[in-house]
Parts: sequence; structure tokens; C-alpha cells
Amino acid sequence: MALLEVKNLGISFGGLRAVNEFHLEIEKGCLYGLIGPNGAGKTTVFNLLTGVYRPNEGIIKLDGESIVGKKTIDINKAGIARTFQNIRLFKDLTVLDNVKAGLHNHYKYSALEGIFRLPKYYKVEKAMNEKAMELLEVFDLHNEAQTLASNLPYGKQRKLEITRALATEPKLLLLDEPAAGMNPNETQELMETIRFVRDKFDMTILLIEHDMKLVSGICEKLTVLNFGEVLAEGDTAEVLNNPEVIKAYLGE
Amino acid sequence: MKKMNKMTRNNLITYLIVIVIYVIAQILVMTGSISSLLKGLLVPLCAYVILAVSLNLTVGILGELSLGHAGFMCVGAFTSAFFSKCMVDVIPTTGVRYLLALVIGAVCAGICGILIGIPVLRLKGDYLAIVTLAFGEIIKNIVNALFIGKDASGFHFSTKDSISLGLEEGGKVIVNGPQGITGTPKDSTFTIGVVLILITLFIVQNLIHSRSGRAIMAIRDNRIAAESIGINITKYKLMAFAISATLAGVAGVIYAHNLATLTAQPKNFGYNMSIMILVFVVLGGIGNIRGSIIAAIVLTLLPELLRGLNDYRMLIYAVVLIIMMLFNWSPKAIEWREKYAAKLKSGRKKNAKEAV
Repeated sequence: MALLEVKNLGISFGGLRAVNEFHLEIEKGCLYGLIGPNGAGKTTVFNLLTGVYRPNEGIIKLDGESIVGKKTIDINKAGIARTFQNIRLFKDLTVLDNVKAGLHNHYKYSALEGIFRLPKYYKVEKAMNEKAMELLEVFDLHNEAQTLASNLPYGKQRKLEITRALATEPKLLLLDEPAAGMNPNETQELMETIRFVRDKFDMTILLIEHDMKLVSGICEKLTVLNFGEVLAEGDTAEVLNNPEVIKAYLGE
Repeated sequence: MKKMNKMTRNNLITYLIVIVIYVIAQILVMTGSISSLLKGLLVPLCAYVILAVSLNLTVGILGELSLGHAGFMCVGAFTSAFFSKCMVDVIPTTGVRYLLALVIGAVCAGICGILIGIPVLRLKGDYLAIVTLAFGEIIKNIVNALFIGKDASGFHFSTKDSISLGLEEGGKVIVNGPQGITGTPKDSTFTIGVVLILITLFIVQNLIHSRSGRAIMAIRDNRIAAESIGINITKYKLMAFAISATLAGVAGVIYAHNLATLTAQPKNFGYNMSIMILVFVVLGGIGNIRGSIIAAIVLTLLPELLRGLNDYRMLIYAVVLIIMMLFNWSPKAIEWREKYAAKLKSGRKKNAKEAV
């Protein structure tokens, strides 16, 4: 059974049909790409998957369980984490605290235990610090643990956002244009990071991307979206050679 | 681990500042070198410091604007004064009575905070500012129109005047509309005030550096991202706001138990007061707890020390506020500050090296 199963998904904003009869199936451990021209509805699909928007119709199943109509926080608890096209870090918190915020639902103590500094506070905080540092080390951010997130260079901010998403221990990771604004070297490094995340955390990843080098380099399967509808899907090489797809991107 | 030490040290410095100021003030009082006017200001000062710190929790840490903080203070003040006046004969021990009054004032203010927060904090945007502004004015007006009396058969309420309470002989009016509550026991002392400041600091600082505080600041920095990593927005917003309101209630209790007659006027519980607290917070630095304390102290004492300028106080406030905003937010000022800080740091390092 596929990890993520989407059938007949649709949403309209007023008279605009943003996504129509969208379907998607992602096997566990797959690196899946979602591409399409600007305004095709890719980010809308992400917002539907994470509960930011509620679909007008359709089925979304994660691990066999429907997540349609659930709130964003519950969908995160169910196992979907995401990054954003325009980076959304907690900019006035340190790098370490950003990751610890991601650990929020996995390391718990009550507010009172925190205020009165009961033994559980020290125990859980210590475990949190260790886990967060472990994650930061994986992404080579541990030397900047005490830096404010907003002071990180661009590429590292992207990495931190992925780290924070992974801290919520998701089953499925959604990356919205991770390579946006990166130079070729940074993109190359990012490709390695993404592949590394998949292998190390045994993660299933769905990503939106415009950078064809990145897409053809790491994605195993692709879905192409155009005007809110699925234009093509399948293995990467096959899809990229599909004349329909080339037409959508380059015109006649 | 290094950060833990730094964090604890920062907290300790804040406590220490409060204690040092307390000791200095006590010495001045004992040697009789401050005027009776300033002496009378010491207890309200404690209330102002608590208000500033608690408002900073809402404005600086939660990132929501509250323009009715005096309203929560008002709730705390009147509920606790009402309690104390009723119980002054029943519970003769000052300590116990004051403690109960504190709990009642704080809880009532906290409940008001939750009641307001539940509908408003679900919204995005500056709705909290509008609603709290209205709340502050409404509470003040309600208190001004409220008459409560007590006689052998129990409590009597009226919103008209004290005669329509229909009290039996021997009954007494407790809350007398615009004349407020007269004869609250004057239980607040400077020492109690300072102890309550320390407790407030303890609660606020420990909250900030805990899992809940991190969640609250995450919401402040980026609501959408906080939601996407599974943080319950409404819960943590409500938590911060309720704690903030509760602490304002505590300040109200201190304030009420320092006055012979407690009345709700624009000066002490109205819009002006709310703005004054906000000024403490903005001047001290939004999100900077220690700054709030210092700003509250300086801005309370300054007008008294500069009596002659009293007429221009609000004018100076406005000018100082504008200057501070420029200093805090204009790119040029930030650049200058960073440069200066870097210079200071390198200078210190050099000194340290020379010392070694």
C-alpha cells in the first residue's frame, strides 16, 4: 500500500478551479517530484495536503488513514511535515531553539513543570538538547547552534528548515522549492542533503521544484501539473521526454 | 550547556538588580533621606513594575498588542479590595487575609483574560488591541456604576445608587459607585511588593525559557510555521495572555491595598494607565524583561523628581517614545548600535587579554 494516496482532489477559489481531479500515489521511501509551470497549483496541492486549505472534494490518505478536514497541527501529528517556498524560520530564536520547537510534540512537560523547574524539566530539556544537537550535527549546523536563525546564511536557513521539519518525526516530508534562490554549488549540496535525508532517516519525500537539474538528478518519479490538472506522471526520464510536458513548459 | 549558564546568569542578574534597588530604597527610607512623597510612591512602583513585566509577556513574548492592561489591574484591585473589606473582621491576621486577597484578585483577572482571549486570540491580526482597549474602558465604567452593600440578610446589588440598595439598619455600603471602596485595609508594604516582583520575574522568566515559552515565541515569529510543526496556536496564545492578565491582577491587589479610597478613574485604571504601562514596555525594549523593570522605575520616579516639568510629562513621553522607536528600529540606528557594540566587545576582549 502506498504511504500517501490522493484521489480526485479538487478545490476552487471563487470561480477559479485551482486544483482539479488531482491524484497522487507515493510509495514509502520514494523521492517524488511535483513540477509544473508557474501558477499550475503546486503549492496549493501542498496546502491541501497540510490542511491549510480544505478541499472541496477528494480523498487524502496517509498510511491508509484519511486526513481530509484535519487541522494543520493534527496533520503534522499524523506524520506530514513541510518546508516553505519563502523560508519561514523562527527568526528571533536560536538555531537550537528552532529545532527544539520542532521537537515540541515528542518531548513533553507541562507549563507548570517548566515554571517551577521541577525535575522533569531538567530531564526532558537535557534529552531535547541532545536530540536537537544530534539532528544539527547531521546537517552540519551544530557549530551555529547558538546563532539567531535570521543570522544564518541563506543556504543554511534552508537546511535548518528541513532540520526543523525532520524534528517532528514525520513519515512524509514536503519540500516547497528547496533550491529557490540558490547558486549551482548550493543546489548541488542541497541535492546531496536531500538524498542523504532519504537514506539516513528512511524518509519519503515529495518536493516541488523548478530547477530541472535537481529534479532529474534526484527524483525517481514525477507528476506534472498544468492548470491544476495532472498532465503526466511516471518515471522521471519518461515524463521529462513526454512531448505534452515539453509543450507545457516551452510552448509550441 | 554553555547557554544554560548564560541564561541562568541573565535571570540571576535581573533578580539581583531588583534586590539591590530594594536595599538602596530601604536604606534611604531608614536614614530618612527621601521625601514622604517619594516614600508613598514605593508601593505603587512595585505594582507598575509587575504590570510592565506582565505586559511585556503579551507584547514582547507573545507578540500581541494589549491596550487594556489597566483593565485587568482594575479587576484584581476591586475584587481583592472587596474581599478584604468584607473579611477585615472575619480574618484578623493580615498575612492570611492578604494572601487570600492576592489569590482572589489574580484568579479573577486571569478569568477575565481567558474570557477575552478565547474568542479574540483565535483571530489573526490586531484584534486583541481593539478588544482589550474596549475591555479596559468597560470595566472602569462598570465599577463606577456598581453599588454593593451588605447587611444582616446578605449582599445587595444595584446599578443606580446606594439608597436603592435598600439596606437594613446596620448594613454598610461596600462598593459605592464612583466613590469606590473606602476603608480597604492598607496591607501592602514595599517589602511585600518587592517579593511579589521577584515571584513575577520567576514565573515570567522561567516560562520564557521552557517548552511552553519556546512555543509562544515560535508563534510570535511565524504563526504558519509554528502550526506546521504541530504547535497548538490557540492554547499557547491563551496561556501567555492569561498569565499576563493574572499578574496584572496581582499588581492591582498591591495597588488597591495601598489606598484608603479605591476609585476607578481614567488616571489609575483607564486608557492613560494602559498606555503608560505600554510606554514602560516600549522604552525598556519589547521582549526585554529587565528593561521593563528599569523603564517602569525611571519613568515613575522621574516626574516626581522633576516636579517642575510635570505639566510636560505626557509631551516628554511622546517625544521619548518617538526617539526610542527610531533608536530601536531605524536601519541607521541599528547599524550604529551594532558598530558600537562590536567596538565595545573587541575592547573588552583586548582588556581581558591584557589582564591575562
